[in-house]
Amino acid sequence: MNEEQELRVKRIENGTVIDHITAGQALNVLKILGIPDSSQGVVSVLLNSPGKFGIKDVVKIEKRELNVREVDRIALIAPNATINIIRNFNVSQKKKVHIPNFVEGVVRCVNPNCISNSNEPVTSKFNVSVDGCLRLRCTYCGRFISEDIAKHLL
Amino acid sequence: MKFKGHHIISMTSFSKDMIDIILETAEGMEPIALGKQKSDLLSGKVLAVLFFEPSTRTRMSFETAMYRLGGDVLNLGSIDASSIAKGETLADTIRVVDGYADAIVLRHPKEGAALLASEFSTVPILNAGDGAGHHPTQTLLDLYTIKRESHLDGLKIALAGDLKYGRTVHSLCYALSLYGADITLISPMELRMPEEIIKDLEKRGAKVTETDSIEHAINEVDVLYMTRIQKERFLDPTEYERVANNLKITPELLTNARPELKILHPLPRVNEIHTGVDETTHACYFRQAFYGVPVRMALLALVLGAIEV
Repeated sequence: MNEEQELRVKRIENGTVIDHITAGQALNVLKILGIPDSSQGVVSVLLNSPGKFGIKDVVKIEKRELNVREVDRIALIAPNATINIIRNFNVSQKKKVHIPNFVEGVVRCVNPNCISNSNEPVTSKFNVSVDGCLRLRCTYCGRFISEDIAKHLL
Repeated sequence: MKFKGHHIISMTSFSKDMIDIILETAEGMEPIALGKQKSDLLSGKVLAVLFFEPSTRTRMSFETAMYRLGGDVLNLGSIDASSIAKGETLADTIRVVDGYADAIVLRHPKEGAALLASEFSTVPILNAGDGAGHHPTQTLLDLYTIKRESHLDGLKIALAGDLKYGRTVHSLCYALSLYGADITLISPMELRMPEEIIKDLEKRGAKVTETDSIEHAINEVDVLYMTRIQKERFLDPTEYERVANNLKITPELLTNARPELKILHPLPRVNEIHTGVDETTHACYFRQAFYGVPVRMALLALVLGAIEV
């Protein structure tokens, strides 16, 4: 980030910075991660920030280091995101998110007659495949979701 | 191979070897299914039959299968008089019933219900239909009928009727792809098999051809699998009549058919097979309904560990 942007959102001392989020998806990223409910620190959100590869969103979460596997779930809507773990103002770890093979409790099945959309004590589960495009397949009813995944977030 | 304790949820979890074992076991069960031999293979075992939707053949053939093997059946009875009417979840019902029975047969209107039940059950769940989802025991009895009345290896089969919504034909086609079958699909444009399934079948080794002419296909195949076209799929009743009339098997249509041609139907039929066909050597659908008994006997004996392979 350049100096002008730093004035907008200051550097954090300790925590996690999620960078290169697909523009417009930052709030959905927070929803997937259950933030702010699961985080006590300050959370800063930068929308439509100019970057080397076009506009992007950035999320900074103070005083919490996110587990990389936990963050991989955001790859469903932000496949180019990077996770930076910040310690004492320095980047101590940097990783790209990976699309997971399986996600649980993130997306609602599009089939209204699927048992996962009833009052049963189950969470939705999907197998994830990338065959040209990203596709989620409900493990209960087999229905696919391949478009506008953010629209189906729980 | 271990069947004991296995849930029977969908055909996707069966390998060709597993299917072959079930079909061979079913063949050995036939004299018992016919009442010619007595068996106490499942004596002392209890099968709970939970049907949340009406059924005739599936429920009765499961019950017959259990009785023929000396076991007992526990029926849910009327939904209205049960705890389900009071709002109990399926998960809770399963956790209660698995304390009463050694296996549970489940039919439920929601897709994925059987898989959910298997997550909460300590006894095997046998899926007898979950909404528009899976009905694996129907597929197994269809395969058994084909094996008994025709042959599975090198099979040429035509499937006719509603190929878009019919879970029976989708599931059967997937299973037949394991045997490298040559599949002809006969349906009106509105009820064609989804492209995604056809691609999947071809990837799995099946040869798939589509046509709308039943006359042409009849002379090419070993087995013709008919299904019912449901009136409610059509907005215009005259359109339904037109489509239904084009996919009808009559004795006249079969005049020049090969003697080896076998006709199957999961039943109930409406008018897609003329009753005059019933007396021909081609008709297999009533025997097919009977074959549900030995196939379900085989499955029960295997998942309850009475037969080990």
